[in-house]
Amino acid sequence: MNEPGALVASAILIIPASAAVVLALLPDDRATARLNALGTLLTFLASTALFVVRPEPGPFLIVDDVNVVFIVLTAFVGFTTSVFSASYIAHELDKGRLTPVYLRFYHGMYQMLMFAMNLALLANNVGLMWVAVELATLTTVLMVGIYRTPEALEAAWKYFILGSVGIALALFGTILVYLAARSVVGEGLDAMAWNVLVQRAGAFDPALLNLAFVFLLLGYGTKVGLAPLHAWLPDAHAEGPTPISAVLSGLLLNVALFAVLRFKMVMSANARALAPGPLMVTLGLISVLFAAFMLYRRHDIKRMFAYSSIEHMGIITFAFGMGGPLANFAGLLHMTFHSLTKSAIFFSVGHIAQVKGTQRMADIRGLTVSHPVLGWGLVLGVIAIVGLPPMGIFMSEFLIITSTFARQPLLAIALALGLLVALGALLQRLNGLAFGDPYGKDAPAQASFVPMFAHLALVLAAGIYLPPALVSWFQHVASLLR
Amino acid sequence: MGRLVFDVAHLFAGGLVLVSFMLLYQDRMFGLLNTFALHALVVSLSVAWQAYVQSAPHLYITAVIALVVKAIIIPVALHRIIVRLGIHRTIEAVVGIGQTMLAGIGLVALSILVMLPITAQAGTLAREDLAFSLSVILLGLLMMISRRNAVSQVIGFMSIENGLILAATAAKGMPLVVEISVAFSILVALIVIGIFLFRIRERFDTVDVHALERFRGERA
Repeated sequence: MNEPGALVASAILIIPASAAVVLALLPDDRATARLNALGTLLTFLASTALFVVRPEPGPFLIVDDVNVVFIVLTAFVGFTTSVFSASYIAHELDKGRLTPVYLRFYHGMYQMLMFAMNLALLANNVGLMWVAVELATLTTVLMVGIYRTPEALEAAWKYFILGSVGIALALFGTILVYLAARSVVGEGLDAMAWNVLVQRAGAFDPALLNLAFVFLLLGYGTKVGLAPLHAWLPDAHAEGPTPISAVLSGLLLNVALFAVLRFKMVMSANARALAPGPLMVTLGLISVLFAAFMLYRRHDIKRMFAYSSIEHMGIITFAFGMGGPLANFAGLLHMTFHSLTKSAIFFSVGHIAQVKGTQRMADIRGLTVSHPVLGWGLVLGVIAIVGLPPMGIFMSEFLIITSTFARQPLLAIALALGLLVALGALLQRLNGLAFGDPYGKDAPAQASFVPMFAHLALVLAAGIYLPPALVSWFQHVASLLR
Repeated sequence: MGRLVFDVAHLFAGGLVLVSFMLLYQDRMFGLLNTFALHALVVSLSVAWQAYVQSAPHLYITAVIALVVKAIIIPVALHRIIVRLGIHRTIEAVVGIGQTMLAGIGLVALSILVMLPITAQAGTLAREDLAFSLSVILLGLLMMISRRNAVSQVIGFMSIENGLILAATAAKGMPLVVEISVAFSILVALIVIGIFLFRIRERFDTVDVHALERFRGERA
């Protein structure tokens, strides 16, 4: 085992864990928000070191080419969100929506969530990964309910119940995977280790694997927010603090999807097992179409973008379900851009809801006139998220549709329909929100715009020029995903 | 000896399914709590038996945790919460008990039909236990959707966890997960009881989940 690599991997876990303890113990003070940002910054710096050194796979932790992308993305968005969170939370304290007592709790939980997500991504043991996803669910449930309004409680309760049921199904699937592996690998930790599972999956009992994958897909799929299982997602996004909406959409959904992908790799390594692709394509397509049509009937701005997250998770699941180097590549790209763009949108939406004092879209108008920076930020974000050129999402969606068209034209048409319907809905809403005569309160925005525009600039830059190093890296990961 | 091992294991696993059915038709809050305590007791006996059969001493810890936390602490705590908060003592069902029981029978048949053929290689002891544990999980889900009361949903969820523990112990030699998942189930249960019920109580006069659903962000 090479020492520096192990050190980096454990730093990614220890920094957020100890920051959670420190932030929970420190007295209530606004400066703790800076400390929160510092903790996530250190985690992000540590995660970038993984490009240089990485530990040998152990029984519990692994760093391979697949999860590095996810870890760095998580750490980056976690950092920028904590910067946004500092200004957001300061405003909430001024307004009295949050009392200082909850500040400690909020920051402790934020770091705990970072820890849980990093653990889920780093885990080499399917059981450990399950525990990490469960921990992430628990922390987000508590944060969604933090405002303690009836709506927030309902959202947290719904999320708790649906999330736990999903998690329970995933555990049953995990046990079945262990059973399938046990007869080949033997008892013990090896039968739950990723690298061993993928290597030896060819000899596993296909019937057990099939059943396991159905449970895992439904279980972790609930956390991804795929269509028939999505009911918790809009409520949780709309009622919790906006930084949490950003982290949920941008990161936690990815982590759950990552779990599905890991198991998909195991399934694909077994020639006799069910092909996982069609199941994922079906769920993905249902999510896209359902969410696209649902977008037209939204009245709440955060809820609308939550449905847009369902749509995009559907697109990504669809792409990974199609499989093959090109579709996987496009899926990875889309996932990255979606995380960046959607969290940027939530950054702007959070401040918009604060200055307007409402989340109802009917009460928000003419943002580009009353709050030019926020308003244009939202416009840019929506242009990016609906997939208009030159933003990066246009490229990834274009790749997904063209690669699908070459293999399954009908599916590509259905997907394109969903994308266009969603585009119509979002642009129609954007027109009302951003343009026209200003309406409602026009309190000045005390916001930190840096995280939002940093994300959008990255998406724009990637849409115009994608560095060849990044392309070849993503292509390599895509080929590993099969 | 071998015969007895199977018979006792099946007795406990089958007993768990039976108690799951009993949970389905409880219409009084305290009856529900007592039945859940019985559910946890059966699962801890089953785990202890597996620990003995597999000579896996660490499973005894799981058994003790299930016994102490789920059979004693949580029912007692819920009992006190119900008394103190003056929650309605009867449980409103969404679906009639007869239909729920019929659906439950169907789910048990389904899980046996699904699990038995595909676990042929997994060893006889594991096979039936897995079929039974899937039944318990599905019955727990049924309970969660057929009751609108928050306490019975929590109990439904904990019965699902019991089913998962049964499955995890039946999968011989499964490392780590039992301890960790039990630790987590405790955490979940504590959080649910401590925070949710009290907060829900703070804002509403009922813990009936139906009352929560009046609040929909979508109502413009």
